[in-house]
Order: sequence, then C-alpha cells, then structure tokens
Amino acid sequence: MQLVDETARTRSIVLDVPAWAGHRAGQHVDVRLTAADGYQAQRSYSIASAPEDGYVVLTVQRLDDGEVSPYLTQELRIGDELELRGPIGGYFIWEAKLGGPLFLVGGGSGFVPLRAMLRHYLAVGGTVPLRVLYSSRSLPDVIYREELIRMREDHGLDIRFTLTRRQPTGWSGYARRIDLPLLAEVAFPSGARSLTYVCGPTEFVEAAAGGLVELGHGASGIRTERFGPTGT
Amino acid sequence: MTISRGFRGRRRTDVDPARVPPGQYVTGDFPVLSAGPTPHTRLSDWTFEIRGAVDAPVWWGWEDFLALPSETPTVDIHCVTKWSKLDTTWRGVPVDTLLDGVETAAGYVLAFCDGGYTTNLPLRDITGGKAWIAYEYQGGPLAPEHGGPARLLVPHLYFWKSAKWVRALELRDDDEPGFWETYGYHMYGDPWKEQRYRGD
Repeated sequence: MQLVDETARTRSIVLDVPAWAGHRAGQHVDVRLTAADGYQAQRSYSIASAPEDGYVVLTVQRLDDGEVSPYLTQELRIGDELELRGPIGGYFIWEAKLGGPLFLVGGGSGFVPLRAMLRHYLAVGGTVPLRVLYSSRSLPDVIYREELIRMREDHGLDIRFTLTRRQPTGWSGYARRIDLPLLAEVAFPSGARSLTYVCGPTEFVEAAAGGLVELGHGASGIRTERFGPTGT
Repeated sequence: MTISRGFRGRRRTDVDPARVPPGQYVTGDFPVLSAGPTPHTRLSDWTFEIRGAVDAPVWWGWEDFLALPSETPTVDIHCVTKWSKLDTTWRGVPVDTLLDGVETAAGYVLAFCDGGYTTNLPLRDITGGKAWIAYEYQGGPLAPEHGGPARLLVPHLYFWKSAKWVRALELRDDDEPGFWETYGYHMYGDPWKEQRYRGD
C-alpha cells in the first residue's frame, strides 16, 4: 500500500490487491471498515487507476462530517488491511471498443473515475478524438494536476480546466461554473455523436448533462454518475 | 472479518438500529443517482400506462392521474449505495388502485421510464399496499432530479427499484432484468438480506 496526498482534502490509496480479477475504467469498489467491537461502515469509491496499471488506486475526498472518508484520508497507514468488494458497475465505464469521440466532464472529486478512463485511453493508445473538461474550485483543488498537465503537454491531449472560485494570476483557462456557452465551446458538435461521461456533484451533473441535451446532444450518449448531497 | 485498526465509526444514537438494514447508514440528505441526463417531460405529454400481459392496456394523462385517489405514505428508503433515509413522506396513487379491474395472470412487472431506464419486480411486491406511483415528496411536487413528475415508490426494496420518471408498468410472465439488473445488480434487491449485487 502506498498513500499519496493529492490535494488538501484528497488522498490516493494505492493498493496491492491479491487475486484482483481486473476492472474496467469507471468502475467502483465498496470499502468496508470494521471497528474492534464489530461495528461496520461501508461506502463506495471510484477506482482511479486504469486496468493496465497493475494496481488499484482509490482517490478519496475527506468529508468533514463523514464516517469512512476521514478514516481513509487521515487514519489509514501503510501496512493496514482494507476490506474491498468489487469491481462494481457496468454502465459508467469506458473501454476502447466503445469508441468515441470521447468527452469526459468532471467536477471536483468526480474526476476520479474519468482519470481511470484517461489512463486507459493512453495505455491502449486510444485514437478516437478526446476532449476533457475538469471543473474545480481552484488550481490547488485539482486532483492529479501535474499528471493532467503532463498528459496535455506530452500527449497533446485536449484537457481544459475551469476554476470556479479562485484563479491564479495570469490564468488563461475558464473561470466560471459550467454553462451553455462553455459547453458549446468545449464539447464536440452535437452531430459528432460523441460518448460523454459526466461525474460530479448533482448540480454539476445537472448543468453539464442537461446543458448538453439542450445543445442537441442525444441523451443516450451521455452517461452520468453523481455523488454528494443535494441539500433537500 | 478484518478489524480496521483505529476505526471507531460515528454511530448515531438518534436512530433506532432496528430501522437500518445491514451495511446502511442514515443520512438527512437526499442524494441523487441516475445513469443519464434528467428528462424533462412536459406534463401535457405525460401519460402513465399499464400494459403487457393484460386483457386490455389502460392509461391516464396527468390531470386524470392526479384525480385518482391518492395516499400519503411515510416510509424509510434504502439506496444500494449505502444511504438510508427515514420517515420520508410522499403522495401518490397506490399501484393497487391502478391495477384495479386489470385482469392478468402475470407474475412480474417491468417498469419503463423516460430516459430509457427499466427495472424489474415481482408483481406481488408492488401490490397489497406495498407500492405507489408518487408525484409529491415532503408536501411539494417531486423534483425532476428525484424522479418527477412521478416515480415508482417501492420502499421495501433497494431504491433503484423505485424507478424515477416512470411512464409504464409492463406486466410479464417472466422476470426480465431491467437496467441495473443487467449490469450486475440483484434481481430482487431486499435491503434486509443485503441483496445488492448478483449472487448476494
């Protein structure tokens, strides 16, 4: 096991899972914690690594009022064992045979399963047109920041960021929440019949997926995964 | 069982443990999960249909549907993604009312929804006062992201069976897997038996 602090609130747990049968990019696992007295708590976490990576990475965002995420991001140490079940999920996945053009739209820690897809795309030498949009509060909140910038520079991938709350001086990317003009600029034309994966908090997914439908994209080509409370 | 070193958990003392199925935690939020964009069907285009292995299909438009006798069940709901929410109040038409007068020998039902979602249930699980087509939540119209204008409400099964944006119940002789069921989720989904995934 290896622990990598990705941002102030997120940590990647790199796991060596004995007899891991493999997974597809976009799937998740259930993590179950057991207290000494037998009390258990379980939650689902997206897998951040590609099937080709040879290890399983979970990137967990700490929720201050959470039960499992504070343990995973603050208490878990190298050498501890973790009980996993999975991989789970068969719809929010991308593999090369599904084709493209491929549009990945992530908000905050919703980028985690999309990172698995991106790594898979590079690992298999993906050739379908690819565009990536990552919405985050600020640059320090962008998970896998250096890796993504490297992918952009070394592989010429079209990865764009929008920073919704704070932007560094001289920032040339987008600086607002996702809206129709932004989507129209970044998405493939609706006639391209792209395959779109949207993951993030509910309002983000509503804005992105709903916006694409408004722009004429077919709903059947848009796959979504949501997390987090709605507040209602 | 692996003991997680240093894990104590945050047990809630304000919740009756007998109301929380195994592996679930109680939340005050109402998380949203769906596989695709939220459909926005105009009420003037909305219909609800009972079809399939029936003598004659029946259907209602929105106004006719609202005119049917309704109930306001207060129920606990349990999502396969581990959250449970207690004491949620809905308004909806009991499925028994919709099936009143429908002659069928079918044992199963496949619910069809806007957006292409489907889910399968035994017919006996949506009759006998166990299920509703709900169109209000906590006293207000059901929000689109929560399945509005109307969703199936089958609180004794995992909540993916309570299909959002439901438009038709197709009565069937066979138990045809729905959307999540074809992707590895359990055919029945009893939260008290923790039937989350195929094979549970």
